[in-house]
Order: sequence, then structure tokens, then C-alpha cells
Amino acid sequence: MSGAHRLGRTARIARLVVLCLGAAVMLAPFVWGLAASFKPAAEIWSGSLRLIPQTFHGWENYSAALSRAPFGRFLLNGLIVCAGILLFQLIFAIPCAYALSKHRFAGRTVIFGAVLVGLLIPVHVTAIPLYLGFARLGLLDSYAALIAPFTISVFGIFLFRQFFAAIPDDLIAAARVDGFSEWAIIWRVVVPASWPAITAFAIFSVTSHWNDLFWPFIVIQSTELAPPALGVVYFRRDESGVDFGPMMAATVIVTAPLVLAFLLAQRRFIDGITLSGVKG
Amino acid sequence: MPAELAPGEGLLGRAQRLRRIGAALTGWGLSLPAALLMLVMILIPTLSAAILALTDYQLGARSIRFVGGANFAAMWEDRVFWQAFANTLIYTALTVPVSVGLGLGAALLIEADPLGRTTFRTIYFLPVTALLVAMATVWEFILHPQLGLVNVALAQIGVTGPDWLADPDWVLPSLGFIFVWQQTGYNMILFLAGLKGIPSELYHAARVDGADRGIERFAMVTWPGLAATTLFVTVITTLYSFRVFDTVAALTQGGPSNASNVLLYNIYREGFVYLRTGYASAMTLVFLALILAVAMVQMRGRRGGGA
Repeated sequence: MSGAHRLGRTARIARLVVLCLGAAVMLAPFVWGLAASFKPAAEIWSGSLRLIPQTFHGWENYSAALSRAPFGRFLLNGLIVCAGILLFQLIFAIPCAYALSKHRFAGRTVIFGAVLVGLLIPVHVTAIPLYLGFARLGLLDSYAALIAPFTISVFGIFLFRQFFAAIPDDLIAAARVDGFSEWAIIWRVVVPASWPAITAFAIFSVTSHWNDLFWPFIVIQSTELAPPALGVVYFRRDESGVDFGPMMAATVIVTAPLVLAFLLAQRRFIDGITLSGVKG
Repeated sequence: MPAELAPGEGLLGRAQRLRRIGAALTGWGLSLPAALLMLVMILIPTLSAAILALTDYQLGARSIRFVGGANFAAMWEDRVFWQAFANTLIYTALTVPVSVGLGLGAALLIEADPLGRTTFRTIYFLPVTALLVAMATVWEFILHPQLGLVNVALAQIGVTGPDWLADPDWVLPSLGFIFVWQQTGYNMILFLAGLKGIPSELYHAARVDGADRGIERFAMVTWPGLAATTLFVTVITTLYSFRVFDTVAALTQGGPSNASNVLLYNIYREGFVYLRTGYASAMTLVFLALILAVAMVQMRGRRGGGA
């Protein structure tokens, strides 16, 4: 909106006031939760609005949280599941997207049609049959059950296909003349030219699966296999919501990794997370 | 002589056919793994859900019987289902206008002046990156009836706040508030991108046409320029609000007495707690129908708006 007028003095002050009020609401749970994670129970239950703890009880809260539930394990599970999902998504989606954008072959429209249909179907719709399938295979309550349904990302295919279409055909033809196989072209020509799309997709994929509760909630029974979101639910269930100090410490532990990653690489995160909002 | 030409043509034709077969083979070779996975993980399960919806299958049962539309008839009579259905729509009606409106407002305010632009953008986007169940736990603490920040603050001005998450009248708005808190920053980013796409010449032209006040420029340039973005943000937000599950599963389990039961949570409960697989599958189809209806609105809107 570079063509907009400069704001007057009152308007600028009003803008700042409104934006600051909004910011206070946005930040409230982060600040209040973090503060409570350092407070002893007595102070939390006193109903005071004081932000800074009078007695520092952080050590006790965090060690209580860590001793009552394996939060390190939850984070590790999140890492394993997200990395596994992303790896398979890239391995399957990239060659398919390359074939769809750079090859003309019979059946191409059928595959692309399936991609478009797939875009409309969230995992909530396929969850029951997938659950029955995993049960039949004896794979419930395993990393495989957490990862397998997401190894195919129709959204990834859709996105990469669009991005690959912009890569000049001459570049690919030249690589073919140089004796590159199609497989080599994909990983040594197309992928290096597509890093922005791939990083954005990676961030999109990792954040959505790090945050996913629905599917783990259904297929996982063992605490040792819970990803972070499910871990929080287990912890809440066992704590029955009375001990807020350790509970807040627990929320800080599971929330920190992604929030810190966002603060370190903001532009990339915004691009990645809003990717699902990119128009088709 | 035709007899001499024929072999040459045949050779050329064969080479062409071979090349076409070769292209098909590479094409299929590269996309086959993905195509198979789409079939196994998305298309077949969706069809299976549609078939299961016509059966009386119960999780772990040995028998399965075709019952036609009986599950849908049962749904029609099921008060809990209707409540979950209505709650989902109420939740959507509460959250979508607010989070789209606030997202637009935040984007306009942030763009209006360079001061603090990046800082505000970062702060407003921060909730999007936070683990929802964890932050819902913090909100539960803030909304605690006696000791929560909100009610303690309200008490200081002499108002007795309700038990936000346990009062049947307040539980949906409270969960909706958490959704709005997380979704606003996301919508803001989409609107910021939409604003960047409006050519600045249009603002100059509007000024030439006598649009001096901010509100006139907004009505003449910004709002029409954002039409496509607004439709899109509304659709995305609606789809996300249909999917409300995490906060319900973590904070209320659908309670008190189904006041916060929503479609996905009801499907989960029917399918995996009461083990009525066939019945839950039928509800899944209702959920899918809602999604498709919204997708259709978007497609029509895009065609109509020429965007």
C-alpha cells in the first residue's frame, strides 16, 4: 500500500494503541504461562495479578514436569515422526510432481485428477478405514502408524508441480544431452533449483504434524510413542488439572522448540505456514 | 514406389510409438509410487468410509451387515449428533467473521505506517506457531473461574465472570476465542500478501478522482482489491473451524453435557470410544459433505468474481 497517504499524528497514536492492545492479547498466554511456570503453587492459587514470582520456583516446577512425564521423549517422538513424514513426502512427491509438470504421458490427467480430489479430503475422513487397516496389519501404536498415512502429500505434489513448471525446459534438455538420467535430473537439476519451495513445504509439513493431535490420539496408546501434542493430553489426564506450576512448565517445554525456530527464521516460517493459503 | 516407402514410414512410426511408450513408462515410473500411495492412503480409505457408512460394523466385531441408509436414519433421530452438528456451525459462525475481520483489521493497521511493522507482524503471528493443546492449557489457566487472570481482573471492576469452560452458555464462545486468538495472525499474513498485490497506481488514480479520506480509498481501492483474498481467507478459516478438535479433546471432552461437542469429537467418540464404526463413518460423510459444500462456494465465487 505504498500509495496510501501518510497518517496524521492522532491516527498514528490511535494505530499504536490498538495494535498494542491486540499484541497484549496475543502475548498474554505466552507471558502468563511462562510466569506461572516459575511460581510456587501458593502464589498461583493466591489469585494475584503479579507477573514476576515472589519466590522463584522454576527449578521445582520444571523438574516436577520432567519427572512425571517423559517430555524429552515426546519431543524426540515429534522429531522422529516429523522427519520421517517429511522425508517420505519429498521422496514420493518430487518425482511425481516432476513427471506431471515436465512429461506428457497417457494417464497424466488421471494422476493429476487424483491429486485434486485428494486435496479436498482431510485425514479425518480417512481415519476410520486407515485405523482398521493398521489394526489388521498389527501396526497400531507404532511409529509406522504415525508416519505412513502422511507419506503421500497431495498438497506437496500440487505445489511442486506448479513450481517445477517454471523451471526452463532448456535446462532439463541440456541435462539430458549431458547424459543425465531422469532420476539424476530430478535430484541434481530440479531440486537445487527449487529450494525456496522445498523449505517452505518442509516448514509447513513439520509444523502441521508437530501440532497434529487427531491422528495420534486415535492410533497411539503408549506414552513412550506420544508426539508432543498427545504428550500434553496424557500429562493433563494424569495431573487432573490441579498442579498448574508443573503444567505450565510442561507447556513451555513443548511449545518452545517451534516458537524459537519461528523467531530465528521468521520470513521462512511465515512463507511455510501460510503455504496452505497459497492460491491454486 | 509405395512398397519402398512403406518400411521407412513404418520405422518412423515405430520410433514415434516407441518414444511415446518410453515417455509413458518414464512418466508412470516417476509417478507410480505416489499414485499407489494416493490410492492406498486417500482414495481407497475414502471409498471404504462410504461403504462402512452403509453397514452396522462395530470395531472388533466378527460380523458385518449391509444396512443401507439405516445409519443416516439413526443420525436423523440422534440428538447428540444434531447438537454436535449445530455446535460446529455455531462455532464457525462465531469464529470466522471475527478472525477474518480482525485479521483484515490487523493487516490494514500494520500496513498503514512503518512504525513497529515487523514487530507487530511477529507478535500477531506468534500464536500460529504455538502448540495448540499446550496453549489451550494456558488459556484454561487464564480462564479459571476463581484464580484465572480474566476473572480476577473482572472482579476488580466488580464483575463476577462465569466459569468460562464449564458453563454451557460460555464454553463454545470460550473455545472459539482460543481459535480466534490462533487464527487471526494467520489471516493477517494472507491479507498482508493481498494488500501487496494491489497496484499503488490505483491509489493515485483514486486520489485524482477525489478520494481524499482513508475510508473512501478503502471503499474504492482496498476492499475491491482484496475481494479474492477475502473470499479465500474466509473459506480457509471456515474449513479450519470445521476441524475443531484439539481444544475440545484437551479441555472439555465435549462437555458440559455436550455443550461443546463438535462433529469431529463426536465422530471420535462414536468410532473409537463406543466402537460404532459404521455409524461414525456415516458421520464422517456428513463432515466431508460440509467441506465439499464450502469448496464449491469457493469455486463458484472465484468464477463469479473473475479472480
